[in-house]
Amino acid sequence: MKRIVPIGPYHPLQEEPEFFKLIVEGEKVVDLEINIGYNHRGHEFIAQKMTYDQVPFLVERICGICSDSHPYAYVMAVEDAAHIEAPPRAQYIRTIIGELERIHSHYLWVGLAGHFIGYNTVWMWVWRYREPLLDIFELIMGNRNHYAINKIGGARRDILPEHYGTIEKYLDLVEKKTTMFTKAVLDDPVIRARLENVGILTKEDAIGFGVLGPTARGSGYAIDVRKDDPYDAYDKVDWDMIVFDEGDILAKAKVRLLECYESIKIVRQCLRDMPDGPIETRVDEIPPGEGIGRHEAPRGEVFHYVRSDGSNMPARHKIRAPSFMNIPSNVVAVRGYSIADAALVLAAVDPCYCCTERTVVLENGKKKLTGHDLLRLSRQKTEAIRRRYRR
Amino acid sequence: MANAKLWGLKKSPWVFHVAAASCNNCDIEILDVLTPRWDVERFGIVLVGSPRHADALLVTGVLNRKSLSRVLRVYEQTPKPCLVIGVGTCTCDNHMFAPSYNVVGPYDKHIPMDVYIPGCPPKPEAIISGVVKALKRL
Repeated sequence: MKRIVPIGPYHPLQEEPEFFKLIVEGEKVVDLEINIGYNHRGHEFIAQKMTYDQVPFLVERICGICSDSHPYAYVMAVEDAAHIEAPPRAQYIRTIIGELERIHSHYLWVGLAGHFIGYNTVWMWVWRYREPLLDIFELIMGNRNHYAINKIGGARRDILPEHYGTIEKYLDLVEKKTTMFTKAVLDDPVIRARLENVGILTKEDAIGFGVLGPTARGSGYAIDVRKDDPYDAYDKVDWDMIVFDEGDILAKAKVRLLECYESIKIVRQCLRDMPDGPIETRVDEIPPGEGIGRHEAPRGEVFHYVRSDGSNMPARHKIRAPSFMNIPSNVVAVRGYSIADAALVLAAVDPCYCCTERTVVLENGKKKLTGHDLLRLSRQKTEAIRRRYRR
Repeated sequence: MANAKLWGLKKSPWVFHVAAASCNNCDIEILDVLTPRWDVERFGIVLVGSPRHADALLVTGVLNRKSLSRVLRVYEQTPKPCLVIGVGTCTCDNHMFAPSYNVVGPYDKHIPMDVYIPGCPPKPEAIISGVVKALKRL
């Protein structure tokens, strides 16, 4: 007999409001329904009422964890539309912040994953060593999160040479601690038993759902914007893409932990090679046109599209966050596992609901214009035109 | 009986965390306050899993059309007297989401608030100081 186990929207398991319906038969999960929209704030709408320079502050508040990724992709989209390029020093600064953010985000996930399986020690330890990183953000940019480093045509703040030493010192610490966590997490037989062969997402499913980031790389699907379409300093430094073929949660954890080493490598090389010079170029106006920006956020590719009509505000701003692609894959990943595994499987893609939020208009309790309806309306219109031509 | 409850609240406030429509950052800073550098559990402040066990609600983010009814329900389920502490600038004045079509206004239109902690996100020190101020008011 099928029963429904509701999780959410306010559940101790989740930081964010989202609603899952686990459809179970006995202990086994047979299906999953995901209901989002509790977090929708209408960023794309607000962005069209703001000037180009104000939008980075808005888009970094899409998500607090990847608060560098969204402005990063946005400024690249505007730079693409305006045909300008950031000066080399600014490119290196952006790359450094992007990679430091990746370390902090992966640490955060490892901690939360530990919390979900009942290893609060892992949570406490990992988050303890996340703190010095937030101190570095505060040192460079004045805030622990929401850094506001990206600016159209450059970077807002410089990394001062006297801060290089502090960053290097932290990188040494984080390298040592990542080794410790990797060993502690991967060598522990209990954690291994919880993570191995659980929540398997096959390569076919990964490609079918179009998943991105560590979720895809844990399923043997080698996709990374930093390698596929290098931007800023990513083609000037040497690093490897981490790919595992198993597709289970252990593979995703391994991808994230080993990516921390690659990030450390990138930041070290950037600090070594960072050129001198200005950190921003003058931008007078954004000519009419359109541009796209792609950045590999900790969860996968962030995509921003900006269309300009020559005024000082974007005429259209479209955002696609990686979790939008990753979360639907939960439906196949969770199928066939027990309810006890579900919490971990649902968290394995490192979901970010505030990035994902979409909305549906309801009128008198009925859905009005979902994507499906839009398609139907579009087809009806084609049909009507066709009929007119036939006459 | 009310006094006993108040005594318990002041001595060891149990906190339930409600994210209305937040960007996750305040929520993570709230969790951060529990981790070793700040470790508020040594003062008896514990995050609990149900509003029915809670003495205080930590609300984050703006209220939107979908989350409003849920937040009100969580508030109704919390035994009174309870403290409602708004974490982050969004709870004070909708922050930069005020022009949005989906935001239904600041919290004090809907539930009685005790303390606001401004900041985007507030630093963990600020969160602790806000909770202490809320307790001092009792």
